[in-house]
Amino acid sequence: MNLLFLSFAFPLAGFVFLAFMRGRIRETPAALVGVGSIGLSALVIAWAGYQFLTTVPAAGAYTEGLWPWIRVGNFDVPFALHLDALSLLMCGVITGVGFLIHLFASWYMRGEEGYARFFSYMNLFVASMLFLVLADNLLFLYFGWEGVGLCSYLLIGFYYKDPANGSAARKAFIVTRVGDTLMAIGLFVIFRDLGTLDIQSVLKLAPTSWGAGSATVTLVAFLLLGGAVGKSAQLPLQTWLPDAMAGPTPVSALIHAATMVTAGVYLIARTHTLFELAPEALQAVGIVGAATLLLAGFSALAQTDIKRVLAYSTMSQIGYMFLALGVGAWSGAVFHLMTHAFFKALLFLASGSVIIACHHEQDMFKMGGLRKKLPLTFWSFIIGGAALAAIPPTAGFFSKDGILRLAWASGEHGLWVCGALGAFLTSVYTFRMIFITFFGDYRGHAEVHRPRGLAHNLPLVGLIVASAIGGFWALHLMVLPPAPTGEPPAAVEFAPLLLALAGLALAWRLFLLQPQAIRRFANAGFADLLRRWWLAAFGFDWLYGRLLVRPFYWITRLNARDVIDWIVTGIPVSSLQFGNGVLARSESGRLRWYAASVALGAVAILAAVLYS
Amino acid sequence: MNGAGVPMEAGLLVAGTLFALGVTGVLIRRNIIFTLMSIEVMMNAAGLAFVVAASRWAAADGQIMFILILTLAAAETSVGLALVIQLYRRFHGLDVDAASTMHG
Repeated sequence: MNLLFLSFAFPLAGFVFLAFMRGRIRETPAALVGVGSIGLSALVIAWAGYQFLTTVPAAGAYTEGLWPWIRVGNFDVPFALHLDALSLLMCGVITGVGFLIHLFASWYMRGEEGYARFFSYMNLFVASMLFLVLADNLLFLYFGWEGVGLCSYLLIGFYYKDPANGSAARKAFIVTRVGDTLMAIGLFVIFRDLGTLDIQSVLKLAPTSWGAGSATVTLVAFLLLGGAVGKSAQLPLQTWLPDAMAGPTPVSALIHAATMVTAGVYLIARTHTLFELAPEALQAVGIVGAATLLLAGFSALAQTDIKRVLAYSTMSQIGYMFLALGVGAWSGAVFHLMTHAFFKALLFLASGSVIIACHHEQDMFKMGGLRKKLPLTFWSFIIGGAALAAIPPTAGFFSKDGILRLAWASGEHGLWVCGALGAFLTSVYTFRMIFITFFGDYRGHAEVHRPRGLAHNLPLVGLIVASAIGGFWALHLMVLPPAPTGEPPAAVEFAPLLLALAGLALAWRLFLLQPQAIRRFANAGFADLLRRWWLAAFGFDWLYGRLLVRPFYWITRLNARDVIDWIVTGIPVSSLQFGNGVLARSESGRLRWYAASVALGAVAILAAVLYS
Repeated sequence: MNGAGVPMEAGLLVAGTLFALGVTGVLIRRNIIFTLMSIEVMMNAAGLAFVVAASRWAAADGQIMFILILTLAAAETSVGLALVIQLYRRFHGLDVDAASTMHG
């Protein structure tokens, strides 16, 4: 277990090596280093997991201090790792799914400029993400939190030659920064009151120092929720995620579907005691989740870009996780996080396969009929889509069904209704995407070429298997509090499944049988207005542009001649005019004047000495 | 000679007067030769004060100090003469106010 640090040492070493060898290394060795480091990391985690499960530590967790980081007075922050069931699961997802995505990326990025650069960023991301989930204290967690944000920025703007990509990267960085700032303030409050940032100590001290429902703990919980909302692209900081699709598709799979965006869910699950002490904050988590899953579900219905459909579905699925957290189904949320990592990574990789096959075309309406041409990709979409739409017996069914059952059992029937409606929407947009992309006639112009190679096939097959059977072992993490109990009525039990099947049937009816009819309907009158409203994701970008971006630009224009600079330049200018002017006047060059000054000074000093 | 001669107060008064005259000379005379002479007067005033104090306390230190001042005056005069020649060459005259081009 002492070798746990190797899990992030390998990706870090890979990052350093690739970053320094950039431009001097061919694609194959770069891929070997970039993918191999994650593979080794996954092996380390597998070994650590085996050790952990065979000899469970006494406290249910294993802590290893690496070295002190900051030690000032009683502010003591070490680099220490904390491995319990929750962080082990996260590590498994990060390195396991991450390895498959890296392997796929070694195929996807072939021939792209900056191949080694891509893998150096990806390795840095995996290392930062492992910091985030293994961190023993909140500051170390925050370090990883910012690290993944940086890598997200770098990888969204990977194709930096197009200014639009750079702007998307900045948007993602700045919007998440809003949440990060709230989270940092939350950490300040925690340290002020509890005097420590060690997560386990904080969770132990919080109930006695603050007491349930006190104003401070509610404030802290809301501030942490702010950080989680920013990172996980939930309402109201959700606008960055669809634009983040500007990055290469494996990046979307790894960062913006499987791992980083679920960091918010991890944060809330990790600090669950604080949220249990603050019922209002916990309720807000559930409401945010429910609102986001509906909003993103409607938006996904109108998208034409295949990656944007998946981006909105990611938002929507993370909404489910937040909903689960909000009703106290902690393990359920983490279970859905895991299955979502499987099937969403699968869907993103498969969409990457489609995009390459269609020569970097992302518009679904220029695809179609790819079922026969890309069989493996097609089956990836079928399994991944079934899991996304929660159709049994795929992994997504078990996790989402569990969340909805627990939502009802907790008594939050309003949230359950939102979740059930979301299940219907999920099914409709998922199968809309599949039917448009893979059925009907091919509508593109370029010849479709079928992707080949182990690096392409193996990740897809691996994730198909994980998405298909990954949900059979319902997850109950002992480190998290137990979920609410209670058996919902049979109608409630089966409603989500029936709604999902109804969504499938509706999508079949609308997008497969009569695609022209729905297109005519959606392009006229009120439906057209609604479609465009959903396409723009309810106009949040427009709203934020008006409310925040434009006033900010206005202020920057006002301040183009930097107000602060007036002070900075004012000091030398005024001292030049007053100080220097007066002193230069005294420097007359007249010898007798100087002599008089010396005599006067001598008299003054003598007087001062004699009469003091 | 101890105590029998001029009282110390009178000697110091003469030295002070001489020094004041020297300072005034430096301040009001524009001719550099007079300036140098005035400085010489000031130095000798200081020397006189040393001598008077030495005779008052019957100590040899004051006399030695006067010899030091005498040497200093000789050195100062040689430097001063070099300055006079330089001033005459560059400004074609002996007016120190002419040499005021190095002002701020």
